[in-house]
Amino acid sequence: MAQQALLSPEAVIEEFNKNGVTHVVYLPDSETNWMYQLMQADHTLDLIPVSREGESIAIAAGLIAGGKKPVVLIQNTGMLESGDSIRGIAKDCQMPVVMLVGYRGWTRHGPTPDSAARYTEPTLRAWEVPYYLIEHDEDASRITAAFDDAARSSGPVAVLVGDEYHGFNR
Amino acid sequence: MINQVDLMAVVEKHRNNGVVVPTMTGSRGWNAVSNNKDRDIPLGGAMGKASSFALGVALAQPDLKVFVFDGDGSLLMNLGTLVTVAEKAPKNFYHFVLENGVYAVTGGQPIPGVDKLSFAGMAKEAGYAAAYEFDDLEDFASRADEVLEAEGPVFICFKTTPEIQNEPIGLRPASGVKPTRVAIKDLMADLGV
Repeated sequence: MAQQALLSPEAVIEEFNKNGVTHVVYLPDSETNWMYQLMQADHTLDLIPVSREGESIAIAAGLIAGGKKPVVLIQNTGMLESGDSIRGIAKDCQMPVVMLVGYRGWTRHGPTPDSAARYTEPTLRAWEVPYYLIEHDEDASRITAAFDDAARSSGPVAVLVGDEYHGFNR
Repeated sequence: MINQVDLMAVVEKHRNNGVVVPTMTGSRGWNAVSNNKDRDIPLGGAMGKASSFALGVALAQPDLKVFVFDGDGSLLMNLGTLVTVAEKAPKNFYHFVLENGVYAVTGGQPIPGVDKLSFAGMAKEAGYAAAYEFDDLEDFASRADEVLEAEGPVFICFKTTPEIQNEPIGLRPASGVKPTRVAIKDLMADLGV
């Protein structure tokens, strides 16, 4: 029997639309191709592909300064690469950048051998970036909570996408 | 070789109501000539990301020209930006690089590739609509109308004289440059967003 996705891309995009997202600044990760196909079909979203993830935080901050509402969509490995942009632009300039971060290596089933997963949450805590975890469609409203949190705190907020749309952690 | 403040004075005459994003030593130079500081974003944090921030502003405000004063060492930290900018191809985006061949703020150590690489060549091959290089201010000034009216993204490399800072940071005079977070708030208020 085919696996059913626990977190559907449709639910994520519905949250983007609900929050008035105008631009998605992204670098694809290995599990999210469905998501990109749907985003391309959604003409309310302007997609901005980047060459390296650190650019995405600065581009999103520029979009906010120009009056738009972006979301960043990257993998945790790229989030780790983006540290100086998160520090020097999103945190220091008080920019409400919401980042959806594919949680590569995350699992509910015992220890993970993937250092990308092991470093993700400790790094966010060290950077003082609040974060939420989403795995199921029922969790999708946490994306709205992240936008509210970012606006309230004038700073970056991460949403960790624990199951990367495939349901392989069931 | 071009003096950066003299160059910036020429650009200021052409900026009209455009947004200007200088970085590193360029922020200090621009601060000396700017006549519209509510539309200046001196980007101090995250070296290399001035062009990325400026790209976001340009995409958000397509009817406004956005000028970025990048450094050569800064651009080397974020070379992928050339491809990212060219992919979105904002017509209102003007990317200046002040090529002085050194890391000026750390005492003047040479950048990698000095005298070997061509920034304008890389921008052109990345897909910018136009790319120029100037080592003479009069040459640029006589063509500024043409260059700054061209449809973007436009890349312009200026060969500039290094303004090397070699005092310990704590002994350097205050720059007088507005903090980036304050500049962003001022810009948003000025744009009414």
